[in-house]
Amino acid sequence: MNQIPSLIAVFAYLSLLTVGGGMAAYPEMETLTVNVHHWLTPDQLVHFYSLGQMAPGPNMNMVAAIGEKVAGPLGALAVLLAFYAPTGVLALYIGRIWTRLANWPWRTSIQNGMSPAALGLMLAGAITFGKSSLNFTKPTGQMIEFNLIEAIVAAAILGLVLRTKLNPALLILGCGVVGVFAHL
Amino acid sequence: MSDTASTAPTSENTASPSPAARASVSEIFSAFLMIGATSFGGGAVAYLRSTLVAKKRWLDDKTFLEMYSISQSLPGLNTTNMAILAGDRLCGWFGAVAAVLGVVLPGALLMTLAAVAYGMHGERPMVTSALHGVAAGATGLILATFVQLARKSLNGWVDVLFIAAAVILVNRLHVSVLYALIGLAVIGTIIYRPGSRAAQSEAA
Repeated sequence: MNQIPSLIAVFAYLSLLTVGGGMAAYPEMETLTVNVHHWLTPDQLVHFYSLGQMAPGPNMNMVAAIGEKVAGPLGALAVLLAFYAPTGVLALYIGRIWTRLANWPWRTSIQNGMSPAALGLMLAGAITFGKSSLNFTKPTGQMIEFNLIEAIVAAAILGLVLRTKLNPALLILGCGVVGVFAHL
Repeated sequence: MSDTASTAPTSENTASPSPAARASVSEIFSAFLMIGATSFGGGAVAYLRSTLVAKKRWLDDKTFLEMYSISQSLPGLNTTNMAILAGDRLCGWFGAVAAVLGVVLPGALLMTLAAVAYGMHGERPMVTSALHGVAAGATGLILATFVQLARKSLNGWVDVLFIAAAVILVNRLHVSVLYALIGLAVIGTIIYRPGSRAAQSEAA
């Protein structure tokens, strides 16, 4: 069955939810790609998102990986267009109007009101992501409820990113090495 | 939220360019391609600023921050929204397309290749282990990004309530992100309406 129309519909919709960053859309992305369309497992989604953190440019380029997995290179292209084009056109036109409304008092109200909403949705996304990244099923079918080493790795990265100037992409790469040696 | 880049260079040249700086489509494309290929580890704002403001002098600092705050309140990623707003200012519609293509292409190509490699080798135990490590690290990074943003933009207990409401709506009650977003944004805008106490404390 051709999945490209559904891919386009799902990612065009998800793109509208990415206010203040891609993480806001994560819970909805999990629902749609894992539970509704069964394109990938929760583990695979977590893996793609995590790989996206190491790639240059916007980390939401990971949507291309979902498109590729579901429908090959054409799927990747379709997903990218669906994810970037609608909000792009919106940003172009609203951006032009917004610039002209510099002295409209409600403009500041909207920006101030959006900011905590976006922040809250980002945390909600992070919680959804953390739930599936720290709990997973081993290939043997054995369900691991909670992995202490993984929780320590996550806490260590949280501390290192906040306290040092180390590049997060390199830190995450390092976590991959830790994963291999700790047999996560 | 005024700036997500904790690593944003602050000491760079802030000389203002002519307000009507223009650039050709190919100049815009190559500048953004460079940003798209080298901005590892998130926080692309820092890379954008150092290219657009310091190196190319296409935008002054004030315009850059202005565009950045607009980017954050529009749907779409901050990086691509910034690319579109800056590209549009420099060369209209074509500039916007060139900028967004440049900033997205390198990472998108890499992620497509990553998916192919994942399909071939993703089930190997060593790869699985590495990916679990990477996913744990990504969890920490996402939380760190949240903390950095919260430190910069939290404005009193009203904002904390908003964050709690978003988490309860999405994670507990499983309300669709779309409805949570619309609901919270509307209530937020009303709380910060012109002349309200919240708006005055934000401005203070």
